[in-house]
Amino acid sequence: MNLDALDRAIINRLQTGFPICARPYQAVAEELGTDEAELLQRLEKLLAQQILSRFGPMYHAEKLGGGLTLAALAVPAAQFAAVAAQVNAFPEVAHNYRRDHTLNMWFVLATETPARIAEVIAEIEKQTGLPVYNLPKETEYFVGLQLSV
Amino acid sequence: MSESLSSIDRALIAATQSGLPLVPKPYHALAAQLGLTAEAIMARLSAMQAQGMIRRIAAVPNHYALGYQANGMSVWDVVDAEIDRLGAQIGALSFVSHCYRRPRRLPQWPYNLFVMVHGLDRDEVAHKVAQIAALLGEAGRGQQLLYSSQILKKTGLRLV
Repeated sequence: MNLDALDRAIINRLQTGFPICARPYQAVAEELGTDEAELLQRLEKLLAQQILSRFGPMYHAEKLGGGLTLAALAVPAAQFAAVAAQVNAFPEVAHNYRRDHTLNMWFVLATETPARIAEVIAEIEKQTGLPVYNLPKETEYFVGLQLSV
Repeated sequence: MSESLSSIDRALIAATQSGLPLVPKPYHALAAQLGLTAEAIMARLSAMQAQGMIRRIAAVPNHYALGYQANGMSVWDVVDAEIDRLGAQIGALSFVSHCYRRPRRLPQWPYNLFVMVHGLDRDEVAHKVAQIAALLGEAGRGQQLLYSSQILKKTGLRLV
């Protein structure tokens, strides 16, 4: 992975937000001192290489009337790959991470309706035979990721 | 996202949940796809953003690819009477990306404050976690630091 100054500027700038106008890439390109075609080409490359995971609207499940929670599993090592596949198969699983702890699988559920959270959890428990630790947000003190490169 | 989502919103979410079109006029492209005017698409996206239904239109970085090898979920058992005051202070720290109160699940999980901390390496994360510990003082009765070792899935919200 070889990032030059323009790549870095694009990565930093695009994390903060993107205009809603007729030619938004043109607008951002001008800010960064490059042209529309160059920005699009580099953005495509950054996404293809998964230096950026995604670029687009970040939807807020709860503000859309849906459900959102963080959940965890303690998965025996021998079952880990199989359980990861089972959990990942749910489209409602938006993120899933392995972590170093007895509770070693941590996933975010984003569902169409709040009621669906309990349904998906029950289904995961049934399929895996493991108890799900449901850890919904009670208070949000801060959310705002900006990774400077 | 039940009956309260209009069919336009539903279509817009489905068309953009995996990303914005990488063409010079992305909102026009969406309009053509959905059979609406570009003005209608732009107006709706702006309104959704103003209402918080869209946090922002932005790039989601891949920490590991960008050199942030240490990504730790630091969790704390904070005295309930103090957590709102302290949670707000910790959330305001420049290096904190997410800070939430969540329920304890005793006895296995006694932690109620979750703080995501990112660093180029574990030393950097340890240093940042120490700052959180100092802020919590005696109100922090226990802690753990759970590093991510693997991204198993990272698609974001997907309407079925």
